[in-house]
Amino acid sequence: MLNTGFGYWEPIIFALTFLLLGCIAYFIYIRGNPKHKKVGEQLKPFLSGNPEPAKELVHIRGRHIYWGFKEAFAPVYRKLDEMHDGDVRNYMLWFFGILVILMLIFLGGM
Amino acid sequence: MMDISQHYPALIIAIPLFAAFLCPLFKERIKALATLAILALLATLIFVVLLAGQVYTSVAPITYTYGSSSPGLTLPSGYHVPVRIIFEIDGLSILMALITVILALVGAIYAYSSIKDESGKGKFFALLLLLTVGALGMVLTGDIFNLFVFLEISSIAGAALVAYYNYRGEANEAAFKYITVSSVGGVLVLFAIGILYSEYDLLNIAALGNAISTTGLSTLDLFALALFVGAFAMKAGTFPMHMWLPDAYGEAPAAVNPPLIASTQASLYALLRVTYIMYGGAVFNYTTLGWVLIVLGVFSMIFGVLMALKQNDIKRFIGYTAVSQVGYMLVPFGVGLSTIGDDVAFGTYGITALQAGLFHMINDAIYMGMLFMVVGCVYHATGKRNMEELGGLARNMPLTAIFFMIGGAAVSGVPPFNGFASKIMIYESIYNFHPLLSIIAIVVSIITLGAYVKAFQGIFLGPKLKEFENVEEAPTSMLVSIAVLAALVIVFGLMPSLVVKTIIAPAANALVNPYGYYAGVLGGV
Amino acid sequence: MINWEIVVQNFPFLVVGILMAIGVYTVTMKRNLIKIVIGVEIIESAVNLFLITLGYVEGAYAPIYTMAPKAAENNMVLPTPQALTLTAIVIGLAVTALMLALAINIYRHYGSLDVRVARRLRE
Repeated sequence: MLNTGFGYWEPIIFALTFLLLGCIAYFIYIRGNPKHKKVGEQLKPFLSGNPEPAKELVHIRGRHIYWGFKEAFAPVYRKLDEMHDGDVRNYMLWFFGILVILMLIFLGGM
Repeated sequence: MMDISQHYPALIIAIPLFAAFLCPLFKERIKALATLAILALLATLIFVVLLAGQVYTSVAPITYTYGSSSPGLTLPSGYHVPVRIIFEIDGLSILMALITVILALVGAIYAYSSIKDESGKGKFFALLLLLTVGALGMVLTGDIFNLFVFLEISSIAGAALVAYYNYRGEANEAAFKYITVSSVGGVLVLFAIGILYSEYDLLNIAALGNAISTTGLSTLDLFALALFVGAFAMKAGTFPMHMWLPDAYGEAPAAVNPPLIASTQASLYALLRVTYIMYGGAVFNYTTLGWVLIVLGVFSMIFGVLMALKQNDIKRFIGYTAVSQVGYMLVPFGVGLSTIGDDVAFGTYGITALQAGLFHMINDAIYMGMLFMVVGCVYHATGKRNMEELGGLARNMPLTAIFFMIGGAAVSGVPPFNGFASKIMIYESIYNFHPLLSIIAIVVSIITLGAYVKAFQGIFLGPKLKEFENVEEAPTSMLVSIAVLAALVIVFGLMPSLVVKTIIAPAANALVNPYGYYAGVLGGV
Repeated sequence: MINWEIVVQNFPFLVVGILMAIGVYTVTMKRNLIKIVIGVEIIESAVNLFLITLGYVEGAYAPIYTMAPKAAENNMVLPTPQALTLTAIVIGLAVTALMLALAINIYRHYGSLDVRVARRLRE
C-alpha cells in the first residue's frame, strides 16, 4: 500500500475490484437478448443506401485521427513547426540561448 | 584468496569493458556474440545486486579507490585531500546502476533476433557494451573528470550506434546531429570542470563539495553551475534543447534504444549529483534553481506531447513522448530543490517529491524501453514505419498488440500499472507547491493517453490489410525481452510500496544528505 | 585606461574567449557540414587551451621529478591540467573522426553537404 504523503493507493484492491466488476459485466453480456435473431439485412452497416466498400478502404489512417484537435491548435503547431525545422544550427542556437539565459539568471539574481 | 566482495565496483566496469573488446573477434557469428554479451551483462547484474546489498546495509557510502593498497583508503597517511580516482556509491548511484544494467541486458537479448540480417554485428555488440560501460561509469564515479570521460564514451558509442543502419540517409543525419550537440555539451562540461579546478585544485566531487560549502559560492562557481545545469539538462532532453532526442531515438535500432535511454537518464543523474550534492552544502538561493528546473520541466511536458500528437512515424512519436516524460522527472526535482531550506515544507511534501521523481525515473526507463522494442518488432515484421501505411496488425501479432497496450497504459498513468504509482506521488507532492503545476501534469497525462490511443488504432486496430497477409508474430527472443519489461511494469504497479521502501527511499535520503557524501571520502569532516 | 599589464598577463584567457566566440559563430552560422565539424573542433581547442593555461600558477611543483635544477624547485607548472588536456585531445580526436565519417555518409545519401538539404528529419 503506497503512502503518498496525503493519501493511500492500493493497487491490488483496485485490480481485484476491476476484475470483479468486469466479471459481473461479462455475465450480463453473455445472457444477451433471446428474442434477437442474427439473420439477414440487420447485420450489414447502414450507409444511407450506398453499397459497402471493401474493408481495407474504410480503415482510417493515422493522419486523420485527431484532426479536430490539430485544427484547433493550428497557430501553436505552426509556431512549433518553425522551431523544429531540422537544421543543426538551430539546435545549437537554442542550446547557447538557454545557456546565456541561465548565466544571466544565476549571475544576476542569485 | 582475494576477497572479491571488496572489488565489486571495479568488476562492474571491467567485465562489460573486457567483453566489449572481445566482441570484434567473433566477426559475424551472432550466436557467439549474443551469448558473450548476455553472459557479461548477467554477471554485471549479479555484481550490481550484490553491491546493492552492501550499500543498503552500510551507513556511509561505499568508496572504492583505484590503485591503493585497500579499497577504502581514500586519504593515505599525511594527506588531507583525497588522491587517486575514487568511486563513491550511495543509494542514488546504485539505483541508476540497476536501471542501466537491466536495460542493457534486455537490449542485448533483443539484439539477438533484431540484427540477424545486418552486417557489422561484432562492432554492434562492442559498441553496445561500451555504451553500457559509459552509463555505468557515469553513475558510479565520485570524480568529476571521470564523469566527463564516461559521458563522452557513452555519447560517442551512442552516436555510432544511432548510425548503425547506414544504408538509410536519415540515420546518418540523426547521428550527426546527436554527436554535434553532445560533444559541444561535453566540452562545456569540461570548461566548467576547469573553472572549478582552477579555484579549488580538486577534482573529487566530495572534496569539491566540501570546499565549496566551506568557502561559500563565488561568481566563478555560479558560472560553472550555469554551464553544468545547461549542458546536463540538454543531454537529458529538456525542452528547447530536446530536438536531437526524437531524431536519435527514432533512427537507432530498437535493440539500442534501452541502453540509450539509460545513458540519457545517467545525464539526469549527473545534473542531480552536481546540484543537490556538489553545490548542496553551500548556502545559495535554492528557490531560483528549483524554479528554473520546474519551468524547463513544464515546457518539456507540454510541448513534448503536443509534438507527439502530430507524428506519423511510430518511433519518432514515442521519442516525443519520452521528451514529455523527462519533464515529469524535472518538475518534482525542482520542487524538492526549492523546499530544501524550509524544513516544514520539505518534511511534508519535499521528500515525497524527490521519491516521486526517482520512482518515475525507473518507471520511465522500463516502459519507454518496452515501447521502443514493441515498435521495433512492428518495423522488423512489416518493414514499414509510417502509421499511414500500417493497420490491422492485431490479428497477425496479438502478443505485440497486448504489450503495446500495456506500455501505452503505463505511460499515460492508467492504474494499476507502474506509471500511475509514480504519477500519483508526483501529482500530490507538486500540488502543495503550486496547484497549477499539478493541473498541467494531469492534462498532459490525458493528452498522452489520447496520443497512444491514436497510435494503437493506427497500427493495430482495423480490418486486415492485403499487404500484411503473411506477417507473423515477432521472434521469440524479442518477445522474451519485451515480456521481461512488461513483467516489471506489472510488478512495480502492483507492489509500489515495496519498491519505494527498498530502492527509492535510500536514494532520496542520499540526495538530501550531502554531508554524508562528503564524509564518505573525507572521513568524518 | 586599459591596464595593459593585466591584459598581457592574462593574454591566454583572452585568446580562449576569442576562440570560443569564433567556434560558436562557426557552429551556429555556417552552412557546410565540414565547417560545422571544424567549429566543434575550434570550441574543443579553446577548452584545451584554457585547461593548459590553468597550470601556470606561482609556487607550483610536480610531485614526482628527477634531476631538476635548483632554480626550478617551486617554479614549475601544475602537471594535472596537462593530463586532463591529453585526455580531452584524444576524446576530441574520436569525435572528429566519427563526425567526418558521418558527413561522408550524408554526402553519399543526400548528394550535398549543405545543412539545409540534409534535414529530412523534420516535423
